[in-house]
Amino acid sequence: MSAPQQSVLFDAPGPKARRRILIINILGVLALIGLLVYLVIGLKGAGELAPAKWNVFLKGSSWESYILPGLYKTLQAAAISIVTSLLFGFIFGMGRLSHTKVINWASTVVVEFFRAVPVLLMMLFLWIMLANSGIVNAQDSPFYAVVIGLTLYNGSVIAELIRSGVHGLPKGQREAGIAIGLTRSQSLRLIEIPQALTAMLPALISQFIVILKDSALGYIINFNELLFNAKLLGTGNSNMLQALVIAAAIFIILNFALSKLASYVSSRLSSRSAD
Amino acid sequence: MEGYLSLWDEYGARIMESFWANLQLTFWAFIACAVLGTILAIMRISPIPSLRAFGTAYVNIFRNTPLTIIIAFGVFVLFGVFKLQLSEDFQFNFFLIAIIGLTIYHASFFCEAIRSGVNTVPLGQAEAARAIGLGFLPAARMVILPQAFRGAIVPMGNVLIALIKNTTVAVAGSVAEISGLMKTMIELRADQGILIFLTVAMMFVVIVVPIGLLITSLSKKLAVAR
Repeated sequence: MSAPQQSVLFDAPGPKARRRILIINILGVLALIGLLVYLVIGLKGAGELAPAKWNVFLKGSSWESYILPGLYKTLQAAAISIVTSLLFGFIFGMGRLSHTKVINWASTVVVEFFRAVPVLLMMLFLWIMLANSGIVNAQDSPFYAVVIGLTLYNGSVIAELIRSGVHGLPKGQREAGIAIGLTRSQSLRLIEIPQALTAMLPALISQFIVILKDSALGYIINFNELLFNAKLLGTGNSNMLQALVIAAAIFIILNFALSKLASYVSSRLSSRSAD
Repeated sequence: MEGYLSLWDEYGARIMESFWANLQLTFWAFIACAVLGTILAIMRISPIPSLRAFGTAYVNIFRNTPLTIIIAFGVFVLFGVFKLQLSEDFQFNFFLIAIIGLTIYHASFFCEAIRSGVNTVPLGQAEAARAIGLGFLPAARMVILPQAFRGAIVPMGNVLIALIKNTTVAVAGSVAEISGLMKTMIELRADQGILIFLTVAMMFVVIVVPIGLLITSLSKKLAVAR
């Protein structure tokens, strides 16, 4: 945890304050243990801690036929969406920075619209429409709906990131580019965006976490991702609590690793730049 | 066009009713997550190690869990396994469970928003508070948090906007809200699918975009002059 922030609120404690902190700390630990015990007793009373309910996850078959295929689908949808949202974000980010009025205006409308509309609405709409229209195979339509929905929303957020990243640069950068004879769009592409990109890398990785998490919305449109398969497993073995806890744990571990990567990148970048 | 208008005759009242459910979910969940999030933020900045650890664990767990899992947990486990009955009314029970799920998820984001606001408060403020003899809680309540809230308007507003949009996930928790109705409508009237989607989408745009503008202007108006 960050040390500078804590020093904002309290001094190095003296003997009296240390004693008080110790007492409250012990009370806090006791309260947390109490909460834990309460949970364990409650779960045990309901039979949720019975080994039979958890043993399912020791069997290779439940991993082979439910959890791993689901995880694979989740990661696949997330990975493809990350690539396509970066593309989308680039195109519309450039559009929002364009000096051509029509392009600028059109990109603004697209970005603001898709940022304001819930991803789930887009997924539901695409799911039904894609299946009905026969553009894609009906059984593939949940996958496409998830990927396109995630792309439209997160691509718009990335477009905004790129725009604010470029606006955050000193304007001397663009002036220097124009001074050496580049056109506006060349200076944007060759000078401004590469710099903005490094500055926004942590925010970009945080957006990847959003993509990974939101891929679980696919469960609602019958996309056979991790949560969907975990629910199948839980229904089949009547251990819904355990199945959902395992699915959540996998998501938490993946996202936690990604967020650590984001803070690592951000500390690396801040130690590297001169300011 | 006629087909679209006839859709309003048929579903107009239900559309408004469902969207009203989304707004109600937003209202109650935002109040609850603001309270819980502030408590968690105080825990995370407090000098008590055990409370700090609890706050950190809470935020790391729930910020990284998909909301869909939390809502599904509410329906299939809290209701399905433990038969949680918060209300006699069957529908209203799901509504309350969805509020709990939305609150638990967004409280972690609200906590982080407050914490980022605390970071905007200069060190001298806390030092001055201590110099006049305020302890941790009085200093937090009277000096730090009022400034932190004003510095956290943009991130708090972002939590509100995310919450408004995320109320649609309550459809996974058997709440009669707008995205479920939209699905039914598109299934029954596929010929009007695009217009149905645009109609519902515009309802969110009309709510979310002005709130975004309001937050920007509020954050400028309430910014602490330093």
